[in-house]
Amino acid sequence: MAIIIDQDTRVVVQGMTGNQGSFHTGQMVKYGTNVVAGTSPTKAGQDHEGIPVFASVREAVLERGANASIVFVPAAFAKDAAFEAIDAGCKVVVMIPEHIPVQDSILIVEYARFRGAKVVGPNTYGLISPGKAKMGIMPNHIYAPGPVGLVARSGTLSYEIAAALTDAGLGQSTAIGMGGDPVVGQVFNDVLHQFEKDPETKACVLVGEIGGSAEEEAAEFIKTMSKPVVAYLAGRAAPPGKRMGHAGAIIERGRGTLESKRKALEAAGVTVVEMPWEVAPAVKKLLG
Amino acid sequence: MKLYEYLAKGRLKAHGIPVPPGVLCRTPDEVAKALEEICPAAVKAQVLVGGRGRAGGIKFAQDPEEGRKVASEILGMNLKGYTVEQVYVEGKIDVEREFYVSVTVDRNARKPLVMASSHGGVEIEDVEDKYIVRRHVDEAFGMQGYLARDIAAEMGLEGDVAKQVAVILQKLYEVFRTEDAELVEINPLVVSGGKVIAADARLNIDDAALFRHKDLPSVAEGTELELKVKEIGLAFVQLDGDIAVMANGAGMAMATLDALQHFGGKPANFLDAGGGASVEPTAQAMGVLVSMQPKAIFVNIFGGITRCDDVANAIVQVKNTQGIPVPLVVRLVGTNEQQGVEILRREGIEAFREMSEAARKAVELAGEVR
Repeated sequence: MAIIIDQDTRVVVQGMTGNQGSFHTGQMVKYGTNVVAGTSPTKAGQDHEGIPVFASVREAVLERGANASIVFVPAAFAKDAAFEAIDAGCKVVVMIPEHIPVQDSILIVEYARFRGAKVVGPNTYGLISPGKAKMGIMPNHIYAPGPVGLVARSGTLSYEIAAALTDAGLGQSTAIGMGGDPVVGQVFNDVLHQFEKDPETKACVLVGEIGGSAEEEAAEFIKTMSKPVVAYLAGRAAPPGKRMGHAGAIIERGRGTLESKRKALEAAGVTVVEMPWEVAPAVKKLLG
Repeated sequence: MKLYEYLAKGRLKAHGIPVPPGVLCRTPDEVAKALEEICPAAVKAQVLVGGRGRAGGIKFAQDPEEGRKVASEILGMNLKGYTVEQVYVEGKIDVEREFYVSVTVDRNARKPLVMASSHGGVEIEDVEDKYIVRRHVDEAFGMQGYLARDIAAEMGLEGDVAKQVAVILQKLYEVFRTEDAELVEINPLVVSGGKVIAADARLNIDDAALFRHKDLPSVAEGTELELKVKEIGLAFVQLDGDIAVMANGAGMAMATLDALQHFGGKPANFLDAGGGASVEPTAQAMGVLVSMQPKAIFVNIFGGITRCDDVANAIVQVKNTQGIPVPLVVRLVGTNEQQGVEILRREGIEAFREMSEAARKAVELAGEVR
């Protein structure tokens, strides 16, 4: 078991023949992901690294049975791409691009709710169910199958923590990037609900950061969870009113502070560690 | 991107929201001339900081001569770090009541959120919760008339004022949608002679959507160095410490600052060199750090998509061209780690594996210089 994707997921890559799409399709295939199709506005009818390229997601679904899409198109076209995938029947849509207008993201998330699809991101590194499949841009070698469910807002920080978990002998059921934008499809709360139900997941790691209140919202659900949660929160040293790289990482008018998140999570029984290198030891202690 | 008040009001007006008459001026003469038409008037500094009034950035004038006088006081003054280059001359209005209305993005609900209050004129954070009306809008369907009427009624408004506010709310939502706003706020929305008018306005446009709004003049916000690094295309924030920092990925960069602070150090900046940056942008980023003349430089890389050998080559390139005249601490792990470490070793730079040890070392070296 794992959450959202596994070895049976049939992946279509939107924007497969571009620079990023092409490189990461190769990496996903290498990892064993079942990439069944790609789309490209100009290269339909061709094969790309042995994978058929179609003009539309609808064709990829009809011809190849694709049921999940990963989007590599430029931000300005990302809304259209997401709607296309959802309309064609994909139940999982992973949105890699950064700088998608927030109102486009709101519409994408609304449409996904309406059609019963899950949107991961935008501005995410994707998700990986180690040993089974990955839809994303994360490095292949730092993960191992195991009992830890990992959800993070940030990519590289999540790699840092995944690698430390793996080094400590703590593999992952699924590692998922919520995305660094203000509006994203799968928030901590959604992901933790799924980890709670997943029999393979024994403990969860939440990697949060300043901005918004997804951590506070998650804390409400964590109170009811049976599985232990360890959290690390980035942005202690961040000044208010400044965007720290991610569009969503900003303390605005007194909201989104690290202190508020830490308090809410601790009140929910979460082990909140001070530094990223303290995550793996804390998980190890909880799992005994 | 935050818009100046005069631009924000211009957008509101274009959508049919009543605003006082106003003219943008750059010199005391222009202000005097504007007062021949608009009189009495408020002369308002156009800067992107709150609390202008208390800081002396808003003054009133009864005639053109007084306008010239207050304009010469305001133009060129330093308002919380910003030099005032433009003032907005706006017709003074008699205020009978002050309301608050805004539309913003509720990140948790992932929907637009309308906030309104009959207690306007102060920051909304200072208004008691029971006086704030909050309603979500389904973005796909827009704000219907009933919702606007509901909100006005919940604000406790009646009669013609309630009707006018409801109309303004729908138009405000239209501004939010069509202008790709992150926030559009009228505070105060005033009643003056029975008419409801937007006396002050904030309009922040989503940076990611600026490609759809090429007609908007670009309003640069940030320090000189921040603007320079923005040109290179990197995320950069200037801080007040003395250890310059580069990391790859926003989360890693934030965690790196936290780690320095944890060991008693003070970061000089936030710099995300990107999740998969190659040699050239990384070298440019390093160059910026050197130019800041810090006490030490800390480079913290977890190579996922980023390759450690690329980062090492970028560091060597800067060392051999620009020179790195301050202590440098590099933490390098991940993809092509051995090659990267070897490249640095040939230049006499020992890379660290552990983030904690590296951060502690950077703080220590900066302290020795201090």
